[in-house]
Amino acid sequence: MSMPISGVPTAPDTGQLPGTAPGPAGAGQARLPARHALARMGRAIRSNRKAAAGTVLLAIFLFAALFPGLIAHDDPGADAYQPKLGISTAHLLGTTAQGQDMWAQLVWGTRNVMIIAFVVGLAATGIAVLIGVAAAYLGGLWDGSLSLLTDVLLVIPLFPLLIIIAGYAHGGGTLVLILVITVTSWSYTARQLRSQALSLRKRDFLEAARVRGERRLYIVVVEIIPTMTSLIVAAFLTNALYAVLFASSLQFIGLGDPNTQSWGTMLYWAQNNAALQTGQPMWALAPGACIAALGAAFALLNYAFDEIGNPALRPVRRKRVTRA
Amino acid sequence: MRFALRRLGFFVITLWAALTLNFLLPRLMPGNPALAMLSKFHGQLGPGTLHALEVLFGVNTQKGLLAQYFSYLHQVFTGNFGPSLDFYPEPVTSVIGSAIWWTLGLVGIVTILAFLLGTGLGIVSAWRRGGRLDSVLPPVFVITSAIPYFWMGMVLVLIFGITLGWLPTEGGYYVSTDSPGLNLTFFQDVLSHAALPALALLITTIGTWILTMRNTMITTLAEDYVRMARAKGLPGRRIMVDYAARNAILPNLTGFAMSLGFVVSGAILIEYVFNYPGVGYMLLQAVQGEDYPLEQALFLLITVAVLVAILIADIATALLDPRTRTGG
Repeated sequence: MSMPISGVPTAPDTGQLPGTAPGPAGAGQARLPARHALARMGRAIRSNRKAAAGTVLLAIFLFAALFPGLIAHDDPGADAYQPKLGISTAHLLGTTAQGQDMWAQLVWGTRNVMIIAFVVGLAATGIAVLIGVAAAYLGGLWDGSLSLLTDVLLVIPLFPLLIIIAGYAHGGGTLVLILVITVTSWSYTARQLRSQALSLRKRDFLEAARVRGERRLYIVVVEIIPTMTSLIVAAFLTNALYAVLFASSLQFIGLGDPNTQSWGTMLYWAQNNAALQTGQPMWALAPGACIAALGAAFALLNYAFDEIGNPALRPVRRKRVTRA
Repeated sequence: MRFALRRLGFFVITLWAALTLNFLLPRLMPGNPALAMLSKFHGQLGPGTLHALEVLFGVNTQKGLLAQYFSYLHQVFTGNFGPSLDFYPEPVTSVIGSAIWWTLGLVGIVTILAFLLGTGLGIVSAWRRGGRLDSVLPPVFVITSAIPYFWMGMVLVLIFGITLGWLPTEGGYYVSTDSPGLNLTFFQDVLSHAALPALALLITTIGTWILTMRNTMITTLAEDYVRMARAKGLPGRRIMVDYAARNAILPNLTGFAMSLGFVVSGAILIEYVFNYPGVGYMLLQAVQGEDYPLEQALFLLITVAVLVAILIADIATALLDPRTRTGG
């Protein structure tokens, strides 16, 4: 059963919201209201080291995205300094071949990446929930056609497709990137959500809602989706990770708008100015490391949720393995 | 049999979807990219070529969309993708033919290596649960799986190519001093050029194999038949390989069959970083040079490769595991 799994006692210590009182006694256990699930996740984050590391990393990047001016004082776009300066206290990462402060570029570039990660993450997850749950719940012909759509999109190679579309669109900037990535990348998580929703379909509490005569929309929104909160969060993390990697890759090869401040465009200019070959490795290393760190934050959180959902995967203590 | 037919049906539908996408994209995009392309190359193209391109991209035609669609399908199925505009007048098919072997060699070998090494490490890591290997590998590879391939490539270029100066950092061989042929120097030349891109790919892809294998194997190790084998006093290696790994390897095998399909497209950015003369680098050049015929053909090639691999993976899984045959 889905008992809370962190070591904390299982009593529902979070006050119930008026609207989300637990269902009839028998069904109550299978049904964890969204708020309860979120509280459970909060506890799990504190007790799981991977989750904690991911949360801290994410918080740092969020701060940089919200208040870049507090961390970097220079204007990232201004060619204000001598080009190709080395690392110093005035320029933490040195300056570019155009004389821009790299640290400022890196910090101000966070915002663009985070916007893409969160907007695509939310939008793609929204589509995935809609299509996955609708397919599972409506069944029949609906399920057939929605699943087919999902599967077709799932097997078409996404990155080449993205390259082609972005190529036709002629570097339309962040909005185009967000649109293109969202439209192409929801299918993987939609499939996961569909199978989860399918396994819920025969549960008592849904049967009860049907017998009560609730409308379908009500059942889907109020009964099914809240029970899937942890999977939806995992889907968001997956989509956000893809968005970061895809968007940075497209910007790196010059299919974004090269004038945006972002890590991918930094890499693009570094590659175009042969930064590695001309003794300015930081120009390429720093934004790449940030992409990797942000990606790792999403991946760590996701992996931790996997462990939370599947206790068999949780790390074991070494001393317990005493095999003959 | 019904299962195989259903998978085949899915294959056909997906192929059709990809073809249609390829047809619609240049026509629906704002600003009519194909028209811009044709006017750029105006005067350099023969009348026959011009006609073939007009059919492929729907320019200068009074025909309706549906009629255009059918003549497009006809051209694609007869293998007529028109000439490459960057390499004019060479046909697209022969341009691709010269690049594909580089990609198949580099990415194909790395894919096989990553699968073998990763699966092996996953098996050992799960078997020695909580051991030294097991406490290091999973967290490390959760992180490497988030590293963009191309950045790993750049880091390796910096370390081994520029700082240490051990290995060449771009191209498939020394174009100026060496020429392709069946001799030892050319072979060594190719190998040294492939080393860094191969390493970058290996590092970034091996994690998935390790983690999948390890996690499935852990589940398998808890099965009763494994306990039974232990109770019988079978040697540990035998239990690990014949009892646990053999049953746990299925997801990895399916994944392997599928990843073979991604060999063609899997290393676009690695090839870009290293200027490696393969299909991925060619795709990016085609996009940047607005060589739409080459672009279209490459996208179709990539998609077909993936679809065929998925079909094979599905059928292989069904043959190996009877339980999947009834399922979707």
